[in-house]
Amino acid sequence: MIDFQPLWLTFKLALVTTSVLLLLAIPLANWLSLSKGKFKAVIEAFISMPLVLPPSVLGFYFLIAFGPSHGFGKFLEQTFNLRLVFSFPGLVVASIIYSLPFMVHPIQSGMTALPDTLREASYTLGKSKIVTLFNVVIPNIKPALLTGIVLSFAHTIGEFGVVLMIGGNIPGETKVASIAIYDEVESLNYHSANVYAAILFAISFTILLVVYLFNNRYAITRKL
Amino acid sequence: MISFSVNKMLHTSNGIIPLEVSFELKKGQFGTIYGNSGAGKTTILKILAGLVQPESGKINVGDKVWLDTASKFALPPQKRDIGIVFQDFALFPNKNVKNNLLFALPKGGNIAIVDELVDVMDLGNLQNRYPETLSGGQKQRVALARALVRKPRLLLLDEPLSALDMDMRSRLQDHILKVHQHYNLTTILVSHDLSEIFKMSDIIFVLDKGKISKQGSPLEVFANHNISSKFQFTGEVLKIEKEDIVFVVSVLISNNIVKVIATAEDVADLRTGDRVLVASKAFNPIIRKLSL
Repeated sequence: MIDFQPLWLTFKLALVTTSVLLLLAIPLANWLSLSKGKFKAVIEAFISMPLVLPPSVLGFYFLIAFGPSHGFGKFLEQTFNLRLVFSFPGLVVASIIYSLPFMVHPIQSGMTALPDTLREASYTLGKSKIVTLFNVVIPNIKPALLTGIVLSFAHTIGEFGVVLMIGGNIPGETKVASIAIYDEVESLNYHSANVYAAILFAISFTILLVVYLFNNRYAITRKL
Repeated sequence: MISFSVNKMLHTSNGIIPLEVSFELKKGQFGTIYGNSGAGKTTILKILAGLVQPESGKINVGDKVWLDTASKFALPPQKRDIGIVFQDFALFPNKNVKNNLLFALPKGGNIAIVDELVDVMDLGNLQNRYPETLSGGQKQRVALARALVRKPRLLLLDEPLSALDMDMRSRLQDHILKVHQHYNLTTILVSHDLSEIFKMSDIIFVLDKGKISKQGSPLEVFANHNISSKFQFTGEVLKIEKEDIVFVVSVLISNNIVKVIATAEDVADLRTGDRVLVASKAFNPIIRKLSL
């Protein structure tokens, strides 16, 4: 009998991560799309790090940083009674950082592609930056938002290295589908591994297909 | 009255040139900034609107200070009493025409002004349309109406007519003049179309490489000396032909081609494509009522 818990856990993780990322990435991307300072490059480099670093490097540093015996991890544990290693909240934090570029990049390029005059027109009509962001910028970058949401969701589903390093393999807590596949293969349960793998494959493909269909249609209606 | 005096370094395709501009405009005047592209015309409008910060300068509008870099003061664009029509119109693609206008209405503002502008600018049939479905002329009218919703003191127009055909241009020029007078606006237009400038402006500022090289009424600026003429038009030279001892110059004035006789001396420095003033003194024109 297949245990579906790793799949549920995967989707829960992807959902929570994507929601938090969306709230985090909009102000961040907005700042990046408007900023011209030198500091911007430093932030951009940090955001893009997960694209080039092996997940195990990130996982390793998270493990050091969040471990209860060292500075930051100790502080979290003593002050908030929060332990981020080998726990679901820890997975969420790690996933957010790991998937950050997948949310920030599309939103940032959507915002940069928007003509400056739209924002400027709004300012000269007496609207503040916040009002402009919510009424002018965000409604006009819907395809970019959708791309960001879907890529982050799909990327979180596909996590392995970071999750393994910081989460381990605790059923119901940190054992997500990608870990379960590895686990089953190690125990030579190829059938179970195949079921998990096929489900992830099908879902990821469907999600991406929907995005590309939607964005193509949006591009066509825009041209008409 | 507006007094504007600003310095800013412009990064253009021809390298960095300093923009050093000061001018004054009386309340209710229609002023035009004329110059080649890259001369800094749009930047001047954006500095006035508070969208671009100059390195140094001072802007006073009426008795209010909008900018004074000496005391590090700059009124934010939201607080400046302006309406601006951008070259690309900058209509919000996610809002229909009516909502583009309503967005401009301040909190607690009277919605009657929106209805009035819909009427004045002939937008009745377009209210529910989205910007992407509008023609250039329609977008221009919506942008102009939206710029006026807050009843600004100062109207800034950044080459709003450059993308339109002759016929549409002429009608929209009338619209602009109408609202300029009706709402008692002080207006600054950026343009490089001479016939437009002659038709609309009280005063012209010619901008050349970041500096105002000439200013004055259209005639003072574009005709080298004042001609006491009864008729005058500006047009573009299409063709210069030699016929016997005279030359015939074909000039495009508005939509008509007019042939003008000229001497060899007259055509010496004329080339096809030149902007010219066609004027005529003492003669008795025929006047006749046109019936449709």
